[in-house]
Amino acid sequence: MTDLLASLRYEDWILHALIWLPLVGMAHVVVSSPERAKNLAFAWSSIVFVLSLGLWWGYEPGGGGFMLESSTPWIESWGVSYALGVDGISVFMVMLTTFTSAIAILGSFEYVKTRRKAFYALMLLLETGVLGVFLATDIFLFYVFFELTLVPMYFIVGIWGGERRIYAAVKFFLYTAVGSLLMLVAILYMYFGGGAGSFGYEAFLNADLSLREQLWLFAAFALAFGIKVPVFPLHTWLPDAHVEAPTPGSVVLAAVLLKMGTYGFMRFLLPFFPGAAQHPTVVAVMLVLGVVGIIYAAWVAAVQPDAKKLVAYTSVAHMGFVVIGIFALTLNGLQGGMVVMISHGISTAALFLLLGMMYERRHTRLIEDFGGLGRAAPLFATAFVITALASIGLPGTSGFVGEFLALLGTFETHALAAILAATGVVFAAYYMLPMVQRVLFNKLDKPENRKFPDLSRREIVILAPMVALMIGIGVHPTPILERMEPSVQRVLERVEGAGAALDSASAGSPDDGPPGYAGDAGPGPQGRVPATTARED
Amino acid sequence: MLLDYTSSAHYVLALLPEVVLSVWGMGILIAGVSRKHQGGAGQELGWLTIAGLAFAALANGWLYFGVAEEAATAMIALDRFRLFANWIFLLGAGFAIIVSLPYVARQKLQAGEYYSLILFAAVGMMFMASARDLMVIFLGLELMSIGVYALAGFNRRDRRSAEAGLKYFLLGAFASGFLLFGIALIYGATGSANIAVVADAVRGGTAVGALMGPGVALLAIGFAFKVSAVPFHMWTPDVYEGAPTPVTAFMAASVKAAAFVAFLRVFLVGLDGLYDQWWTILWWIAAVTMVVGNVIAVVQSNVKRMLAYSSIAHGGYLLVALVAANDVAAAGLLFYLLVYTVMTIGAFAIVVTVGNQSERNSMIEDYTGFGWRRPLLGLLMTVFLLSLAGFPGTAGFIAKYYLLLGAAEARLWVLAVILVLTTVVSYWYYLRVAWYMWMKEPEAADGPHVAAVTPLSTHIVLVIGVALVILGGVFPDVALDLAAASVDGLREAVGGAAAAAGP
Repeated sequence: MTDLLASLRYEDWILHALIWLPLVGMAHVVVSSPERAKNLAFAWSSIVFVLSLGLWWGYEPGGGGFMLESSTPWIESWGVSYALGVDGISVFMVMLTTFTSAIAILGSFEYVKTRRKAFYALMLLLETGVLGVFLATDIFLFYVFFELTLVPMYFIVGIWGGERRIYAAVKFFLYTAVGSLLMLVAILYMYFGGGAGSFGYEAFLNADLSLREQLWLFAAFALAFGIKVPVFPLHTWLPDAHVEAPTPGSVVLAAVLLKMGTYGFMRFLLPFFPGAAQHPTVVAVMLVLGVVGIIYAAWVAAVQPDAKKLVAYTSVAHMGFVVIGIFALTLNGLQGGMVVMISHGISTAALFLLLGMMYERRHTRLIEDFGGLGRAAPLFATAFVITALASIGLPGTSGFVGEFLALLGTFETHALAAILAATGVVFAAYYMLPMVQRVLFNKLDKPENRKFPDLSRREIVILAPMVALMIGIGVHPTPILERMEPSVQRVLERVEGAGAALDSASAGSPDDGPPGYAGDAGPGPQGRVPATTARED
Repeated sequence: MLLDYTSSAHYVLALLPEVVLSVWGMGILIAGVSRKHQGGAGQELGWLTIAGLAFAALANGWLYFGVAEEAATAMIALDRFRLFANWIFLLGAGFAIIVSLPYVARQKLQAGEYYSLILFAAVGMMFMASARDLMVIFLGLELMSIGVYALAGFNRRDRRSAEAGLKYFLLGAFASGFLLFGIALIYGATGSANIAVVADAVRGGTAVGALMGPGVALLAIGFAFKVSAVPFHMWTPDVYEGAPTPVTAFMAASVKAAAFVAFLRVFLVGLDGLYDQWWTILWWIAAVTMVVGNVIAVVQSNVKRMLAYSSIAHGGYLLVALVAANDVAAAGLLFYLLVYTVMTIGAFAIVVTVGNQSERNSMIEDYTGFGWRRPLLGLLMTVFLLSLAGFPGTAGFIAKYYLLLGAAEARLWVLAVILVLTTVVSYWYYLRVAWYMWMKEPEAADGPHVAAVTPLSTHIVLVIGVALVILGGVFPDVALDLAAASVDGLREAVGGAAAAAGP
């Protein structure tokens, strides 16, 4: 496989192709007829997905730095370049994006019946935006893509959404914009105040910032990403957006748009402001917000009559696990956070698709309108149960690996937070299992549900790979973990190295320069290497 | 070619674009009188006017690339700052005329007077940009303003148009009075109205402080009126709402641009030495303008009025560049004005179309479902709105970013934060138009804009406008470099002038 890819000079063009092919597809959709739009969109997104699969082989874990890098000057007078690269953190986000985009487009064939050309064009535009976010290594470019994702999502929710779609779309847009615009000022501050002088990732890493500056900038970045994640008190846009969005919109929102926030935490927040990220108050605040998010969202989810809103709140809870995993600042915690991101992307997307299928058949999402579907639609019920179990983290599913690692990593440094968060796993069973029971089991007492059709061939094609991934990652997560480990390690070393430097500086001992994280220095910075590599597989 | 003003022909050459345009304007006026209202004469006159603008732009290009001045002491500046600004005015006037073509025909306005007034107003703007003497600024301002007063009240059959014209005239005259009194005081304090001499006097400490302070304050108030900065903005919404829409577009874009260009030259070059005294005042005016403009725009239900408040808000963003007072901010201001001209006139062009070449359908409800009825126009309007909102991928973002860059270099972090937070507020009202256009289902099957006729010329100018907006958002390098080169030496010129004009 590697030879085949090398013969195609895969690494020279793949990242550019991933970003721009959806845009080509969008143009193709726009000039085609409405009837052909869905097939074209699916074809283009499938091509992108298949191409992205090569990254599994094309991306060599090692060193932990960016791979497949390329950089072309874009706005030269400002030091902005069109710089792309992929590392062990972003490679999975990219593959998750291409996968869920194709799945979401396939999943909207029946759901979206009006204005199809515009819909599929916007879906492909969204894919370009999200892939740009995960692949950009220039901060300016990242920001452009980060904002660009708002526009298609705004229109997808606002045009094809439910009753209160405009409210939800505008709320989504404004919430996210507040954070990201403040981040823009913070980026400018780093460009000038930090003396970075360029918008390249390495230049920003080397910005010379005092702890006080770091804390302010950290706050600005954390607000932008925290709204996107969403972290507990900033989450109120999410249930609205999820409930009102059309199924494919919810799928992409849950699977990848939320990940842009946690990805931002790992890619930018921790490495740029290691001093602030290690500050005990900051860590405490983030852990508390994470734990509160897990427990609060679980309780709120438990009383939702609307199944889609329930799943929306589970997103908040899952993202809480990611947040505590990241701010535990341990290898296990960060890796666990990554796996939760992947797992949540697959299982929650599948849940939204399943709810969408229910809605297409019955035009309701209220849990009380269902009951006994297990007898009427056994295949549907099987997929639903597996997905729900993966979502609450049953051992043997992807959800377990992520949450276990995140909790383990948190326990190493902050036992209390881990114990409290672990109760969230119990609460997850408390909200999810009754919902499954009321929808699938109980009595088949409503006549409409007797004729509930089982999965069609198209729907099986959608759900089968998702179920396979949930179980596959749950049983054998090693290939994923070992690919992401060097990059995650690098983030950790950057944070801890800077923490050590700050400690020594405050102790008055001679300081041997900034911590070794110059991008070209390669592997082996002098930071403390965490001893824990134990994993459960 | 080097102009040293030893022969009077040099003055003509230095003012070639203005001369071309003035002569052309008189020609249009005469042609309009002789062939009034006959068939499509209005349209022909319009295209003829655009040809004049094109010649002026060419002359301007010749000056930009081929001519240099010997010293920065003449009453007329021949620097790139002026010439870049001239292009902005010419572009704005050209777009405004193309948008006016069907409007003038449909409303049966006197084409000859209408188009020549636009040309004379443009000449006034160009004088304001070129002035290195406060009196020339005043003359240019009056030439521009008188033309625009008449244009605002041009539709005599419309009471609101007449009201707008009168209101604009009264308040504008008031502002001109402030400006003139300020100039007089500065003349008294320094003994000259030449900006270079004033600058030297201020720096050398020979200016009489008791006269200088009030003079600067009055000057600032006069300019603040013209750029409709809060609290001197009260006339703007009424005038913008009442004036014929293509004229509103011209006023919102070009008149504001001219006022800003002169504002910048006077304050950054002439009064540079007093920066410590005026920057706090402008800081507060900028902050208040951004906040008030954006917040009031949120509650507008009339699109013209909403765009009026939005233009006040944009004035606030541009004031940030004046407060920052560095080369980056000055270049940012030029670039912003260029982008702002294109996107503002573009948005107003759609308003004219929805209004069916009249003053009807200007409420936001009238836009319900417009996007799906006229997908191309809806899409173009969406791009203009996103650009006005400063969204990445459009030139509006690059322009706003340029202003932020200037503010960041001057370490105006609080002002930068105010700018971005008020930008979030502006998302609300720009997006509101988008949601009416695309997300609301119209109640009646045949909305008011079903019959809207859009001539090919409007389509072309809109597509060009959107192309510029996207191009400026994705490949801004050329325009950025041009803007940066245009302010090169603008502020250093004073030192050179001191040496050249020394005793």
